[in-house]
Amino acid sequence: MSETATSASPWRPWRFLSRRLNAIGLTGKGLVILAPTLWLVVFFLVPLVIVGQISLSLMAYGQPPYEPLLTFGADGTVQLTLHLSNFLFLLSDSLYINAYLSSLRVAFVSTVIALLIGYPMAYYIARAPEKYRHLLLMLVILPFWTSFLLRVYAWIGFLRGNGVINNFLMWTGLIDAPITMLQTDFAVYVGIVYTYLPFMILPLYTSLVKLDGTLLEASADLGAKPLRTFLSVTLPLSMPGIIAGSMLVFIPAIGEYVIPALLGGPDTLMIGRVLWDEFFSNRDWPVASAVAVAMLIVVVVPIMLMQRAQDAVVERR
Amino acid sequence: MRRLIAPALGALLVATPALAQEEPVVNVYNWSDYIAEDTIAKFTAETGIQVNYDVFDSNEVVEARLLAGNSGYDVVVPSGFFLERQIQAGLFQPLDKSKLPNLANMDPEIMEATAVHDPDNTYSVDYMWGTTGLGYNVAAIAQRMPDAPTSSWDMVFDPEVIANFADCGVAVLDAPTEMIAAALNYLGLDPNSEDADDLAQAEALWLSVRPSIRYFHSSQYIDDLGNGEICLAVGYSGDVFIAQAAAAEADAGVEIEYSIPEEGAVQWFDLLAIPADAPHPDNAHKFINFVLDAQIAADITNYVYYASGNLAALEFVDDEIKNDPAIYPVGEAAEKLFSLRAHTPQFDRLLTRSWTRIRTGR
Repeated sequence: MSETATSASPWRPWRFLSRRLNAIGLTGKGLVILAPTLWLVVFFLVPLVIVGQISLSLMAYGQPPYEPLLTFGADGTVQLTLHLSNFLFLLSDSLYINAYLSSLRVAFVSTVIALLIGYPMAYYIARAPEKYRHLLLMLVILPFWTSFLLRVYAWIGFLRGNGVINNFLMWTGLIDAPITMLQTDFAVYVGIVYTYLPFMILPLYTSLVKLDGTLLEASADLGAKPLRTFLSVTLPLSMPGIIAGSMLVFIPAIGEYVIPALLGGPDTLMIGRVLWDEFFSNRDWPVASAVAVAMLIVVVVPIMLMQRAQDAVVERR
Repeated sequence: MRRLIAPALGALLVATPALAQEEPVVNVYNWSDYIAEDTIAKFTAETGIQVNYDVFDSNEVVEARLLAGNSGYDVVVPSGFFLERQIQAGLFQPLDKSKLPNLANMDPEIMEATAVHDPDNTYSVDYMWGTTGLGYNVAAIAQRMPDAPTSSWDMVFDPEVIANFADCGVAVLDAPTEMIAAALNYLGLDPNSEDADDLAQAEALWLSVRPSIRYFHSSQYIDDLGNGEICLAVGYSGDVFIAQAAAAEADAGVEIEYSIPEEGAVQWFDLLAIPADAPHPDNAHKFINFVLDAQIAADITNYVYYASGNLAALEFVDDEIKNDPAIYPVGEAAEKLFSLRAHTPQFDRLLTRSWTRIRTGR
């Protein structure tokens, strides 16, 4: 007990400071979460408020290209004008709803494909001898060392008419004329699944590697066939990984702009492109902001559903 | 927030901005593949001014950056029909013509043409100009249609003609204003019309040929035309010549030609201008004056295959470029060219929407 007394005296300035901080409501715990909180406020909340504020304004051609929400009258009055017309406009034209739905569809299909490909890969890595696991994980992460843009661009070389895949198929004699793969929805799925696959594999791996091998043995001892063991032991226990991985693929895929722009066909309609048109072609920042805010709402609902599913899984254990 | 942070950052980056003597730097924002290899090095050697050279590939991107403010650029090169409304929004500062003695080199006809966008050439001067026409793979087209009307918009707008080329690939610029104008012109309507019925007719025309178009993109066709991935493109003159040169260099038997359709085509001007909030306006004037030099302008034309608005430069331009009617059109082809005007925001919204329907079928 004497230790506290001796150690306290040289740290008097620190104690003084901590007392002052406590007095204004900041504890040690508060200080620790202060940095991430500040980060979120500055880089997430403030931009979001700015976008939200622009979405309630009206377009004006100038610098900045929208009308101010607050106007100050000569007699000292302050007037706040909020326009909901941008959001109503989104409902008036089926383009926006179609684009949202088609983005959700593309994101959903991509997530399912990424799960079907990623699960066996993650399972294999988690079951591999321990000395190889790090190497295999490294191989999953390795593509990130090259620019995302270059990797998507490389797919053009693979998929195009006289690209690697068509040339190979024609060389083997399987096809006579090149198959059109580039500028199709197929190419968009390839691009999205390829790009986001690591985000699916890594959380799956973390939940599969924690899986207790004795449970599988117990299941086998009780007479379950491998498929039965997988369905009633492995799969439920890896559910948190499936949900986390699916969210990491689904969410960025909805707003994807680059991949459909480079690989997609002209009839690939996604919300990212609609946003580009509003912002650049129409120069209508308020409508563009309204599209972004509406997209946030569209994304938040599935996230909350998945979050709830995840919580349910955790609780059941 | 931005208003607070941007000047603070600016103060950090720029040592002493408000002093009389500008630091020896100029920030230039130009189209991609649009300057000779040695132009910047020569400018720095002559003036001691460092050039930060950035590139873009669409007018819309430049405009968004200018509208956001504090772009940091000293010289930008938007096309005339974009610059027109940007001037009205107060995004540029008037050129100080006393600092631009090389203005005397400019072709009065081009100055007059660009004055449509910028009255009295107060804010801008032509950098290069070109046309939007047809680029095609000679052999692939001849093989599918020996008597193809390669110098007519029928190639694109006649559903029966374009259907012949659907299998070898047709690309169209993703540039709504220009592509709608081309359709209006083909229909015999005013290419700058803001009439909703005219727009509907143009849309119907594009939709009638839509099944034969593989994609809409403003730069991908350069590579694809050159390596035989597509056989017909609606594209910018100089870009098609880049594809032509690339195809010739690859020596894989692909021959590319460019034609200005006889019904008329868009003639566009890319104009040098100084943003109102440019940090180094003095250096910007020096840079503009430098590229208006006859020899320098000719060097650029010889490299990028776009026509220069610089009359004095003509004597230094290679004969094969000077005498190529696809670059320097003459006679009827020259008379049939038309320029685009800025649209109202209301019409632009209709036009973008219409273009989305054409592109996606929705």
